[in-house]
Order: sequence, then C-alpha cells, then structure tokens
Amino acid sequence: MTIYTDQGKQDTRSGFGAGMTELGRTNPNVVALCADLVGSLKIQTFIDENPERFFQVGIAEANMMGIAAGLTIGGKIPFATTFANFATGRVYDQIRQSIAYSDKNVKICASHAGVTLGEDGATHQILEDIGLMKMLPGMTVINPCDFNQTKAATIAIAEHHGPVYLRFGRPKVPNFTLVDQKFEIGKALMLNEGTDVSIIATGHLVWQALLAAENLENQGISCEVLNIHTIKPLDEAAVLASVQKTGCVVTAEEHNYLGGLGESISRTLTTNYPAPQEFVATQDTFGESGTPDQLMEKYGLNTKAIEAAVLNVLKRK
Amino acid sequence: MADFKELQDLVVQVRRDIVRMVHNVNSGHPGGSLGCTEFFVTLFNEIMVTKPEFDMDGIGEDIFFLSNGHISPVFYSVLARKGYFPLEELNTFRLIDSRLQGHPTTHEGLPGVRVASGSLGQGMSVAIGAALAKKLNKDPHLVFSLHGDGELQEGQNWEAIMFAAAHKVDNLIATVDRNGQQIDGPTEEVMPLGDVAEKFKVFGWDVLHLENGNDLQQVKEALNEAKTRTGKGKPVCIVMQTVMGHGVDFMMHTHAWHGKAPNDEQLETALAQNPEALGDY
Repeated sequence: MTIYTDQGKQDTRSGFGAGMTELGRTNPNVVALCADLVGSLKIQTFIDENPERFFQVGIAEANMMGIAAGLTIGGKIPFATTFANFATGRVYDQIRQSIAYSDKNVKICASHAGVTLGEDGATHQILEDIGLMKMLPGMTVINPCDFNQTKAATIAIAEHHGPVYLRFGRPKVPNFTLVDQKFEIGKALMLNEGTDVSIIATGHLVWQALLAAENLENQGISCEVLNIHTIKPLDEAAVLASVQKTGCVVTAEEHNYLGGLGESISRTLTTNYPAPQEFVATQDTFGESGTPDQLMEKYGLNTKAIEAAVLNVLKRK
Repeated sequence: MADFKELQDLVVQVRRDIVRMVHNVNSGHPGGSLGCTEFFVTLFNEIMVTKPEFDMDGIGEDIFFLSNGHISPVFYSVLARKGYFPLEELNTFRLIDSRLQGHPTTHEGLPGVRVASGSLGQGMSVAIGAALAKKLNKDPHLVFSLHGDGELQEGQNWEAIMFAAAHKVDNLIATVDRNGQQIDGPTEEVMPLGDVAEKFKVFGWDVLHLENGNDLQQVKEALNEAKTRTGKGKPVCIVMQTVMGHGVDFMMHTHAWHGKAPNDEQLETALAQNPEALGDY
C-alpha cells in the first residue's frame, strides 16, 4: 500500500487562490471576476497585484457570467468566481447560452461545493453542480482533491481553451499530493494499485478513500484507488483498466449520486464492462447545518462509508 | 459610406429578405425585425468601423451584439448584404444543417455573430464584457448592442445596467428597441416598463431619445450623436422608438406578428409594399 502523508491541512479554495496569484504573475490575459466573495475565494493577492484585471460585480452572478463571456471576445481568459451554488444552479441558463453554447473560454471557479461548507446549511450546499455542469456539451468539469492539486488545476485550466467548471471547497483538508505537480486535464491518477476492488474518488473523498484502502488492506482486502480529478472528459481507459482487473467498483464523491461521478462511471462500465458498483454519495437529499465532519458522517461520505461500500460490493462480485 | 438612396434601397431590400425568409420556413420573427431594419442598415453601413474579414476577437474594430436574438432575420440579412457570408445562404434560414439557426449562434461558425442569443436578457452583460476587454486591450473602438424593450423585464439587464455605470463602461452604446410590444401584448399591459430612459438615467447612464427609429436620417443622427457621447465616463443608451412590423402595413402597431410568418397571399402583399430594390437573394 502506497502511504500518503498529510503535509498539513489546508483548504482547497486557498489552493485556488495560490493558483490565481501565480497566474496573475505569469499570464497577462487572465482576468478575475467575483460576486462579493473575494475573501472566501482567496483571490485578494491576485487583486492587489493586478487591480486592473479584477472586476467586482457585486451580488449579481448572472451578470458576472455574461461579462465573463464577453471578456473572452478580445482574448481575455476570465475566471468567474463565487460559491458553487451561485456559480451553477443560479445561473444555469447564462452558462448554457452565453458560455457553453457560445464556446467561450470562461473558467467558472466554484468554492464551497458540497456539504462541507458546514454551518451555512443547505441553501449554500450544492450537491447537484457536477451533474448540472457535466450535462453541458463542451464543458470540462474538474474537482481536485487537495490544496496542491487545486493550485495545479487552476494553473492548468488557463492553458486549456474552452469552458471549464472548477469545483473546490471550504474546509481545511489533508494536503497530500505533490507540490508543483503537473496537472493533466482528463487524466486519472493511480494512487494505489490493488486487485480486489477499485475505489474511484473525486475531490475531498480521495483522502477518505486512501484511509479506507489502508484500513481494508489490514483486513486483507487489496484496494486500487483512482483519483478522478476530471469528471468530464472522463478517463474511461483508466477506469476500465482498473475495473477489468478488480471486477468491482466503489465510487466516492461529495455530491448527489444522481448526476455525479458515480453515474459517469456507471455509464462507462455499462457500455463497456458491466461490473458491480456501490455509490458513496448523498442519496438524493439536501444537506443541513453542522460541522464538516458531522455532515460527512451523517450523509455517509467518509472513510467508514467507503469501507462499508467496499464490503458490500465484494459480496456482489 | 453609402448615399442616402442606396441606404433606402437597402432598407427595402432587407425588409423583403425578412418576410421571404420567414415565409419560406413558416416560422421566425418578422415584427421586431421589420421595426429594427433602419437601425441595422445604418449601424452596419454608416456607423460601425469594421474589418473586411470577420474574427471572433474583433480587436481594432467596432463590434455589435444582438441581445434580442429572435430578430435574427434582420441581423442575417444585413450581415449577408454587408458581405459577411454569401447572400444565397439566407435560403437556409431555420433549415436543418444551416448556419442560420432560428436564433443567432456562434456554434455553427456564422461570421458576424459573436455570442448566442435568444434566451433573453443576457446580451448587455456580454457587451459589457467585450467593452471591458477593449479597454484592457487599449482598443479605442466601440461596442454596440441592441435590446428589446420587453427583454428589459429580465432582471439580469438591471444587474448589467448597474455594473456598466459603476465601472464607467463608456465605450458601450446600448440601444433599446422601444416598440412597446411583446408576445402576449403591449409591454405596458404585460409588465409595464414605464419611463425606460429615466430608468437608465437614474442608474447613471447617458441617455438619448430617438423619436423615430424608422426614419433613416434620425437613426443616423442619433447613432452619430451617441458616438460623440462615448469616452466621457458613462455608458450610453439610445431609447429608440420604433413600430413593430414597420414597412408592411398589416403587420404594424401590433404584437400579432411578433413571431408569426405570413402566408402566400400575405407575402405577396408585403413584397408589393417593398418593391425589389437591390435584387432578391
């Protein structure tokens, strides 16, 4: 079992902020927009260093998406930033028509995704955003797992032409991937090779998957762990190679089981290599107020839930 | 620059194009298209500085956004007659495999279109973004946009109007087609807009009235006047009074022809009122 070390807990949104700081220094075409959440999005350094390349739009997300679309006309690379709920559901038609259908090079950067934003409760905890975004033709959907990977993803999407949805979160979580890693959009990362079951995870659940794999290894169950940071386009070859080896899969994500990573994996398997699958995801429900840990426990999104899902799926092999 | 007679001929010819295109597929939106014909003809042939070849970024030229995308017939006709794409392509309006979709889109790569529109209320935000890009690029050219009056019922417009004033987007000239009609009836009955000019003013815009948007001379004067108002710290709005369906008597002053095609007989009447001037497509 490959052991990963937590280099110290950090929030993925700060990884985004660090990526923006670097982009501000290296790519003069990158511009940022925010809808009254600069502090939460951690982009103050970008703003301080590039005031002429930042646009505060106020609490007006629809307008922000449209302005971002317009900024691409003239070669700018706009990063439109707010909470995931307001970056997707609230402005779906603006994204659909002005960005996705119009093939605009806009980066929609969404913090506070999932239940782990905590105490603010379900009004702010979107669990449907991956589904909403992956259904849009041409949209790339990325959900990195920790600070380092979020920073790398932020830098990488500036080099990719086309609309991107970059999803990250609020809580401080273990930072375990490499500093200054190269981020390849659409490339699954093999974190641990195994033979009994594939655990395919995204975002905050990747670390939980590694802990689960370690515990299961001690019980004699060999788990393969894949980090799917890019949900669309999905690295189908990596998924199939893994499941063809292990014969079953557990998917893990901080998202509704409807429309999330799990369904994308299901579709891939159903059409290529049918295999038993268990979903670690929210069960078509809204979230609620609580601490991140309490919510992960209550909604079945932690190590314990992954371990239980693995034991279940093994019975179905 | 064309002489006045040429522009008049173009207006008549574009009106013929509009009713013929809509009739051909028995769908589309003739009313608003006919009402905005003078505006489009003047803007593209007298006002905007454009490069001979279309490119998406539009750096070094004036650019235009149509927010009320349903009036695509007038947009397509004027683009084609300006040389953006072959005139014959107007035959493909709303047909399968066409670049001339029911509502304008960049998706099929039609030259002259820089964003999809049709779902209303989004164009002003996009125009603002493009105007900001021009400022960042130190490109002194202007951004023009057109909006339906009924479309102003979409709240996103007011977010955009607020933003443009706050950020001094003074390289933008947004025109509102104040024809007073929308699908379900007169705007003042469906959802009253009140004094549109005053609303823009109190949001911090420089506002011009265009009393008769179906008078070529007045349209030209208003657009030229608007250009002189740019670069002074405020976005510029033209509230343009037009008559929906202008140029075809039975389509005028009513919302009935907002989104309805003429039948064969009605087409003949409409064409008779707009005799062929520059050659049909």
